[in-house]
Amino acid sequence: MNLTDDPHLAVGAYVLHALPTGEETDFEKHLAVCGPCRLEVDQLSSAAVRLGAAETSTPSSDLRRRVLDQIATVRQNRSVTGGSRRRRRRWSLKPALAASVAAAAALGGVAWWQSSEADTAREQSAQDRAEYRRLADVLAAPDATISAQELTRGGTASVVASRAQGRSALIASGLPPLTGDRVYELWYAESGRYRPAGLLSSAGGRQAQVLDGRLDGATAVCITVEPAGGSTQPTTRPIGVIRVPS
Amino acid sequence: MDRGAGPQREGDTQGRRGGPADDPGLDQLLVRAADGDEQAFAELYDALAHTVLGLACRVVGDKAQAEEVTQDVMVEVWRTADRFRPARGAARNWVLTLAHRRAVDRVRSVTAGRVRELRAAVMEQERSFDTVAEEVEVREEQRAVFRCLTQLARELRLPLVLAYYQGLTYAEVAEALSTPTGTIKSRMRQGLRRLHDCMEAAS
Repeated sequence: MNLTDDPHLAVGAYVLHALPTGEETDFEKHLAVCGPCRLEVDQLSSAAVRLGAAETSTPSSDLRRRVLDQIATVRQNRSVTGGSRRRRRRWSLKPALAASVAAAAALGGVAWWQSSEADTAREQSAQDRAEYRRLADVLAAPDATISAQELTRGGTASVVASRAQGRSALIASGLPPLTGDRVYELWYAESGRYRPAGLLSSAGGRQAQVLDGRLDGATAVCITVEPAGGSTQPTTRPIGVIRVPS
Repeated sequence: MDRGAGPQREGDTQGRRGGPADDPGLDQLLVRAADGDEQAFAELYDALAHTVLGLACRVVGDKAQAEEVTQDVMVEVWRTADRFRPARGAARNWVLTLAHRRAVDRVRSVTAGRVRELRAAVMEQERSFDTVAEEVEVREEQRAVFRCLTQLARELRLPLVLAYYQGLTYAEVAEALSTPTGTIKSRMRQGLRRLHDCMEAAS
């Protein structure tokens, strides 16, 4: 199996989307530090694309309408820099919120959220209140799902996700404090790719926040320990992989 | 599969001027779409939808499902257009790479445990390859691709078409062809390299 240990060898399979999830992630880590590899990926991709461009099929007449209707309601991703602030939904406490919090509490690890609700709402900075509303929006989503998991270094994490809103929130408790210049980083995982989704404080303990970016096709939320400031791709083994129901 | 001229063919004809993978017009449209320009996105859709659908049909093998994939892909293009970097490649390549990714995801998600069917897939792939290669009405784009594919030795061609068109992982390809995984990875790389060189020489 020595042959397969050479990361360069995987470049063809990578371009063909023929690497299984874990290996694809490994290859992309390598890609991040290998300039010649990126060049080769670009070249081979241009050849692979020609395989795909060889055939056409006429879409049904209403596909165009469906797509254009849909994009009119879909928010675009914005780069972190220069992106306009997204409009926030109005604060509302739907009955579903109570249900979802209760369900989360039943799964363990997040009962504190309910009790701290009043404190949080009472006296917090405007920014915190905005964050709190975003959190409540996700928790109150009629289609919210909840997945909880124990983390490998202690503590538990629950992910509340709303496919309809394209958002999810992570609620952690009992997170061990981190020493040195390290932070917890959240990721959306999709088909072996990881999208940075925000940082948790190294102080550990109880933390809850809405993940940055959109849920989109993500199948799991992962947590890793990263150098201060976070990384663009995970550099350590996840301490938690919380699957999000599709 | 419908290869006739549809009402939206003009956009693609324009899109292929000066080479299929390189069209500054499409790049501009995508950049404008990233800025929230729905009209630019509609033009981009008209230029690429039938190619995206053709690719999706080929991989998922079912037009209704391929339309779903196409819809998902085009909406994802809209949503993530800000990730497109003109410096790293053409808009057409970016969209088709995304389309292939989504089509492969679809095949993988619905066919767990299909390893038993792999040998049949190999046979079918060779048959469909022969059939398509012999068709007289293929477009110029297809002719160029198939000419280059036929110039590849079977041992290099099969891993490419099984992975790209059937959505198999390299390990599944290795099993289907009773060949070691390292060899298959190596042949995928080599096959793509030869394909790239052949198409460069042709254009």
